[in-house]
Amino acid sequence: MIIARILGTVVSTQKDERLHGKKLLIVRPINVDGSDTTGYVVAVDTVGAGFHERVLVVAGSSARLAQGMKDVPVDAAIVGVIDTVDVK
Amino acid sequence: MQLARVIGTVVATVKNDSLAGRKLLVVQTVDRNLEASGKPMVAIDSVGAGIGELVFWCRGKEASFPFKREDTPTDCTIVGIVDSEQHVTR
Repeated sequence: MIIARILGTVVSTQKDERLHGKKLLIVRPINVDGSDTTGYVVAVDTVGAGFHERVLVVAGSSARLAQGMKDVPVDAAIVGVIDTVDVK
Repeated sequence: MQLARVIGTVVATVKNDSLAGRKLLVVQTVDRNLEASGKPMVAIDSVGAGIGELVFWCRGKEASFPFKREDTPTDCTIVGIVDSEQHVTR
């Protein structure tokens, strides 16, 4: 899993019906020290995360294993809102 | 699978229900000389690893297999602890 920061939202009306009701967010992967990296990912939110929060993003087919994501065509899901990252 | 060093912990109170009770650790992948290489990742622990330990982890869908019955959404899981660094032949 990667740590990412929420940058924005995506609105889509015409989409696969299994994506109906799912919130799409744009997230940018960040380093463990909180500094930004480059690039972005569109991820489905499963936890109710908000703008600029640090979140856990699971990628690949494992994203479908999150509760509520069964058989949903996604390859990135937000599965947690990070409170702290403690690196020794 | 790759070798990695456990370098930290992550706390997340709000998380997907299927991750409830799972321990999240920050792992730094190491090369064959046990030097850090690449970016740290967040991994779920399936073996009881601690900070500073040398472990190996697997990624991709297979990472959820240690918890198969619960269908845990993870793409990075610690699946073993290396007994000691002397056991890594290079």
